[in-house]
Amino acid sequence: MEEKTLVEVRNLKKYFKTSKGMLHAVDGISFKIPQGKTLGVVGESGCGKSTLGRLLLHLHEATDGQILYNGVDITHNDPKKLKELRKKMQMIFQDPSASLDPRMNVRDLIGEPLKDFNLCKDRNDYNEKVHEIMHTVGLADRYAESYSHELDGGRRQRIGIGRALAMDPEFVVCDEPVSALDVSIQAQVLNLLMDMQDQKNLTYMFITHDLSVVKHISHEIVVMYLGQCVEYAKTSELFKKPLHPYTIGLLDAVPVPSITVKKRSAQVMRGELTSPIEPKPGCRFAPRCPHATERCLGNDIPLREVEPGHFVSCTLFEGK
Amino acid sequence: MADKLLEIKDLSIEYDTEIATVYAVNGLSLSLNYGETLGLVGETGAGKTTTCLSIMRLLPEGIGEVTSGTIILDGHDMIHPKEEEIHDLRGNTVSMIFQDPMSSLNPVMTVGDQIKEVLKIHKKEMTNDELEKQVDEMMEMVGIPANRKNEYPHEFSGGMKQRIVIAIALVCEPKLILADEPTTALDVTIQAQMLGLISELQKRLNTAMILVTHDLGVVAQTCEKVAVMYAGEAIETGTAEQIFGARYQHPYTNGLFNAIPKLDVDTPRLETIEGMIPDPTVKVQGCRFAARCKFATEKCKMNPPVIEVEPGHFIKCNRFDKSTSSGGER
Repeated sequence: MEEKTLVEVRNLKKYFKTSKGMLHAVDGISFKIPQGKTLGVVGESGCGKSTLGRLLLHLHEATDGQILYNGVDITHNDPKKLKELRKKMQMIFQDPSASLDPRMNVRDLIGEPLKDFNLCKDRNDYNEKVHEIMHTVGLADRYAESYSHELDGGRRQRIGIGRALAMDPEFVVCDEPVSALDVSIQAQVLNLLMDMQDQKNLTYMFITHDLSVVKHISHEIVVMYLGQCVEYAKTSELFKKPLHPYTIGLLDAVPVPSITVKKRSAQVMRGELTSPIEPKPGCRFAPRCPHATERCLGNDIPLREVEPGHFVSCTLFEGK
Repeated sequence: MADKLLEIKDLSIEYDTEIATVYAVNGLSLSLNYGETLGLVGETGAGKTTTCLSIMRLLPEGIGEVTSGTIILDGHDMIHPKEEEIHDLRGNTVSMIFQDPMSSLNPVMTVGDQIKEVLKIHKKEMTNDELEKQVDEMMEMVGIPANRKNEYPHEFSGGMKQRIVIAIALVCEPKLILADEPTTALDVTIQAQMLGLISELQKRLNTAMILVTHDLGVVAQTCEKVAVMYAGEAIETGTAEQIFGARYQHPYTNGLFNAIPKLDVDTPRLETIEGMIPDPTVKVQGCRFAARCKFATEKCKMNPPVIEVEPGHFIKCNRFDKSTSSGGER
């Protein structure tokens, strides 16, 4: 069966003007997300993954490239159309304490989007709808009058999820929704997100720096490095056979909670992210790459399909 | 035993806040030998940081108070020490690496001066040239070119800043480092570099370490001994092999392991530990984990005994009490 593509991004770019020059936050990213699936976007801080998420929701205006939603180009939209669109596209933010208004109780936090879009007939309808959402995300009714500071991180993140789901969206960008949470709570929230996807056929873009989380929740993964996609593949494929040296280094760096798997410390990746301001053409990972040669510099390395559905941008795989 | 560097017995700490008394640590016992690495694992609010602060005697005065127990560090009583003794020990015998390198460095002092400050206090006999030389050596040791010592913290990246913090902690070659989530604010590749650096320096200087973390992966890769904390107590202690080998496991430790998504195994659905840690302002009778435990019985309303399930492996749980039940071997 042909999968229906819900979101497609073509050569998307976002540059920010800084006093030192143009900052290439997102620099030519392309991918497709089929309906009902999850695309994981993984990378270190500063690689542009959050900017990418915000671009899709028009929280930033793209510098160049195209965003297609349901086949329609939505890259540049007038405000009226944008509001319609936002009903279908929602976002879950990283820090639940910073993204919730401290002066609103749980009912109003979850109900706010319903009011904004005039989706309720009257007060009773509103209460009922909020009650329903609270039930779905696993918040007991007794919290309806509570304020966010009275709740723990896990429950706060459930409010964030409730707000995003209140509009019955099709597409949700999750920007590090579990990184601020403890593991036992993280597991609860991940399960909740996956249940929601099963029930409502939601499409997610899941942004995270945690490789084990991204592996758990995603169907496909984009690995980002300094604004560019260095590898793009199905999750199982990427973890079975990572190709790009950066992906391999990243996987090697994750501490495994097992005593039998001891890491070879010699493999630790050297150096740190280089500056995203006015980057030179060529592979941006080259300064840290153990395989870097002359060929990696001077020209941008395009993303190549080395195996069906497995894309990588690295000179090691040239001509394959 | 002579090789005991740190011995904590039955430690309880309370915070007196305006609203209520918070029971942060409840009867914690730990011990650490010279040169050893102990991983202190637990979730937010388990009392890990409070424990570290009490070892350094850095609990907020008038608010945080040790209500019972003893802490003996390298032969010194840390609960009722003399004030001069504490000054001498801090930074010299025991030092701390904090979680956030951004907020633990002084923004208006060059990094070289910040490293030198510790030496100035503890090595009064050194001349300025000797001090400078040692600062240079220390910076090279943590992988920063010594010619950057006149720069300020904001000129360094997050990973570099944490290297400076490590240099400050280690410059006096302490016997014990308390590393409180030293890599939590860092990216994985930088985290791997830091953990490698800390382990290497630790071996070179023969320093013992308590590594506080919520990441079981970090513990597995760096620690010899592990203590799992829950609601202010150590519910399980043992060697890393024993804890990760999982022949015997406290139900909470087991739950923690099952809640992490793993890179090497496919788990369609994560197991969760239902509920949350108990309210620390309420004194709990009996097992603190019982309310979330799937094995909880009537008996758990009594404070469970600490059982040595195998040599050196202690679990505080009724399931392992062989005198009254069939035991909890899995």
